Amino acid sequence: MSLKAWIVTGAFIGGLAVPVLAAAGQDAVLAQYKTQAIAADPAFAGFSAKRGAELYKSSNSAGGPDTPSCSSCHTASPLKAGMTRAGKAIEPMAVSASPSRFTDIAKTEKWFGRNCKTVLGRACSAQEKGDFITYLSGL
Amino acid sequence: MRIVFAALLTVFTSLPALAYRVAPVADKVTQTECGACHMVYPAALLPARSWDAITADLANHFGEDASLEQTVVDGIKAYLMANAGDVAGDGRGLIRGLPQDQTPLRITELPMFTRIHGNFSPRTMKKIGVAGNCSFCHQAATKGMFEDD
Ligand code: HEC
Ligand code: HEC
Ligand code: HEC
Repeated sequence: MSLKAWIVTGAFIGGLAVPVLAAAGQDAVLAQYKTQAIAADPAFAGFSAKRGAELYKSSNSAGGPDTPSCSSCHTASPLKAGMTRAGKAIEPMAVSASPSRFTDIAKTEKWFGRNCKTVLGRACSAQEKGDFITYLSGL
Repeated sequence: MRIVFAALLTVFTSLPALAYRVAPVADKVTQTECGACHMVYPAALLPARSWDAITADLANHFGEDASLEQTVVDGIKAYLMANAGDVAGDGRGLIRGLPQDQTPLRITELPMFTRIHGNFSPRTMKKIGVAGNCSFCHQAATKGMFEDD
């Protein structure tokens, strides 16, 4: 093969590999939450995108008055960029729009920890975290 | 001639006041962690005791949970305190006129801040969201540059 053909083939395989790797990253994070969800409830029957969507859109009063919902900052459409209260842009939450979402467990855990407290006034369960990621991975 | 000279003199003597510069945040962790929800505030904009108080309660940070692992907090706190306006700076600038016994948690609460900006109108507030959104009006605020524009 010519050098050019190699480059084209390489770019093609590289292009294919990126989404596959990203999916593998989300799978690894989801697998951790699944293990935790089973430990918390042996009757765990899988994650639900529908419940994840409900959590994303729900309006709550137990958290901060300026942040009743995940959608307060992440906006009503997870495919769109969000904005913090202080005016900073947030990359979209949907994996199809931001492939690196939920691929770094430390980052994902840090923000679930903070934002569930800010919005719900409590921590999220492993079930809720898995539902949320399942919803945002399927859009 | 004399009037022109006087006018020029006024322009020149007021020039230094047209740009206020402080060192931007150089610490990577502080840049990332303290720049996730808003612009990274240069350390010189507050006295060390304010940074001490802010980093002591990140779980209750202006109505949001901004908590971090303690080792990470310790590093950020050390950086911000060492570069605070009353430590690395000359104690002038925005913290000028701040009574020693006060520990503001906000830059926007400093007496100098209010003296320069007055109170933002409701129309302005609607555009900027929060007064601490310095970079909306000062494009290079994260770089520590506050131009009079
Ligand atoms: C006050 C604004 C705000 C609210 C409300 C909010 N978030 Fe976030 N969220 C952010 C910011 C800022 C980030 C970090 C920036 C980024 O990742 O682009 C983030 C990131 C995240 C991440 C990290 C995603 C990843 O890349 O791994 C998760 C998970 C998350 N948020 C979940 C939630 C959930 C669940 C809710 C509702 C219970 C919520 N957020 C509500 C501002 C908010
Ligand atoms: C989870 C989001 C989040 C993170 C992370 C965060 N902040 Fe904030 N910060 C806020 C919010 C919200 C406000 C208040 C905005 C308002 O209502 O004026 C604020 C305000 C501030 C102010 C006052 C601004 C003013 O009005 O003068 C300072 C100073 C500040 N933050 C410092 C920090 C430091 C230092 C860190 C890193 C340790 C940090 N912040 C990380 C959300 C965050
Ligand atoms: C709504 C727009 C707006 C916001 C938000 C804003 N400023 Fe300003 N700022 C101005 C304007 C306009 C001036 C010039 C005021 C004058 O000279 O009368 C100014 C002047 C200043 C000056 C003086 C500059 C000089 O020439 O000496 C400093 C310092 C400053 N701002 C810092 C800040 C900081 C720090 C923040 C955020 C905590 C902030 N500003 C937020 C509009 C803004």
